[in-house]
Amino acid sequence: MITVELFKLVRRVRTWFTIGLICALPLVVAIFIAVTHLAPPPGQGSAFLSAVLDDGQLYPAAALALVLPVFLPVAVAVVAGESIAGEASAGTLRYLLARPVGRTRLLVSKLISVTTFTLVAVAAVTVTSYATGVLILGPSRAAAVGTSPGGLSGSIAPGAGGAPTAGLQAGAAITSLSGTPLTTLELVERVLGAMAFITVSMLGVAAIAIFLSTLTDSALGAALGALATLVASEVLVTLDAASAVQPYLPTRYWLAWIDFFRQPIFWRDIQRGFGIQAVYVVVFLAAAWANFATRDITT
Amino acid sequence: MITTQNLTKRFGNVEAVREVSLDVREGDRYGLLGPNGSGKSTLVRMLLGLVYATSGEISVLGQRVPKHVGRVLPEIGALIEEPAAYPHLSGRANLRLLDAAGPDGARRTRRRRVDDALEQVGLAGIDRRPVRAYSLGMRQRLGLAAALVRRPRLLILDEPTNGLDPRGIRDIRDLLVGLNAEGVTVFLSSHLLPEVSALCTRIGVLDSGRLVLQDQLASLQKPTGRVLISTDDPERAVATLEDLVEHRDGADLVVRSPDPTELNARLVGAGVPVRSLVAQRRSLEEIVLDVTGAGSDQFGVPAAEPGGTVEASP
Repeated sequence: MITVELFKLVRRVRTWFTIGLICALPLVVAIFIAVTHLAPPPGQGSAFLSAVLDDGQLYPAAALALVLPVFLPVAVAVVAGESIAGEASAGTLRYLLARPVGRTRLLVSKLISVTTFTLVAVAAVTVTSYATGVLILGPSRAAAVGTSPGGLSGSIAPGAGGAPTAGLQAGAAITSLSGTPLTTLELVERVLGAMAFITVSMLGVAAIAIFLSTLTDSALGAALGALATLVASEVLVTLDAASAVQPYLPTRYWLAWIDFFRQPIFWRDIQRGFGIQAVYVVVFLAAAWANFATRDITT
Repeated sequence: MITTQNLTKRFGNVEAVREVSLDVREGDRYGLLGPNGSGKSTLVRMLLGLVYATSGEISVLGQRVPKHVGRVLPEIGALIEEPAAYPHLSGRANLRLLDAAGPDGARRTRRRRVDDALEQVGLAGIDRRPVRAYSLGMRQRLGLAAALVRRPRLLILDEPTNGLDPRGIRDIRDLLVGLNAEGVTVFLSSHLLPEVSALCTRIGVLDSGRLVLQDQLASLQKPTGRVLISTDDPERAVATLEDLVEHRDGADLVVRSPDPTELNARLVGAGVPVRSLVAQRRSLEEIVLDVTGAGSDQFGVPAAEPGGTVEASP
């Protein structure tokens, strides 16, 4: 059943269209920055964006920060919101269940499918934005100059003619947010860690959307419901008056992936982020199961 | 094959199915008749474990449903109201996908089983076009093919000939009779009386959620003891048969007699030119309308079916 769900995911045009859109946003931003050389000053705008002119290899981190607040959760909510409701309104749900596919099995397959989608989307953003960063924004100045405090220069080969701005940049090699240099291996590890954390961060939204998807036959309704929850959470996270509930909000630790780029990695919020997402997944999947397992399928 | 005892389903205050005790036997071609909204689909969904009964018991293929529904469903092919498929995939891909989704769909035999099922329903030649581009009739055939892929012992078909043209209805009827001859029990629901009349050996009639009639079609349609005669010389026929004639309408007579053969011999002996002579049987329409409060407009009596469903003409 899991392979069937993955096949359905892969064969949907929408899947690739959505991922394409998510990847397109960082590309557009990169083009603007490359053309104007106007990156936001440090401490303002999206995370890492101030540093990318100095080092295009940092662009994956900046790109993830760009898509995290809206694009990615919207995509995940749409895919997860459709999981049960979409099958119900298309009429395929009754045929799957009569095939038979166990209801619990179906829910788990859907969650795995949504997780895979998120992972693929995050990986696609990382890979395309790395290419964007290197080709459009240029590799680190260190690479161009030939000295490498971070030990990076030797491993990066800019494409022929692909780094038009490289020689114009002034900047440093890759350093952590804490100011100490990172080796390539460390950087790769940390990017992978950040990708994993961001994927997991989306699971809470996914679980909420899947739960709503078992309540209604409207895929759109389920997706919007999950997004409304997220918007509410993002509002409360910045509201001092709501500090009592903040540690339990699904978006509270969303930005903790940045801590992967500190030296040493600052684990506290990362662990809490994983923990809170696990709680949301367990609670909402249990609710989805309780509702779906006993529901009359009348569509 | 299928038995239910006092099966009841309430949706809120609405009793969709009330105390239905169904009895479908092995080898039956069972037709569940009822006007739209009489509870047919709810009943079918309960048999398949999609809708949970409020009270009562269900046994399908000797297993309790919904408790052991996972054990019986692999042996059942089902069409549940309209067929449904992923519109962006081809018909073949849809059948393969559904087959791969559940148990008992051996990958080794999948291609052959899918091809066989498509051929059975007359879709052998379908190409890679997505289902989105299919006509209503093709979708219906694809839905039937999906029910046949695993060569089930029991077919549960809700309105199987929906959207088919007269030729398609005939094809599917022949297919179902053929499968039934090979030992497949067929349970279908329909609001189309001619379809059930032409196909089924046993019928049940649902009216407002109640099973108001369940019997062999043959015994319901026993000769009524009257003979319908059509003749070019009605005067002489009336004179010959005298008080046996119950009713005369021009050249057509209704005659009380248990034995049409004897009647025919008398008429021919008296030199009456008989154009036709048949033992009267009650039509399914009369039987059904007798036991239901429904007007004929709620049934698919020919020419009364809204929405463009094409009837088979006998």
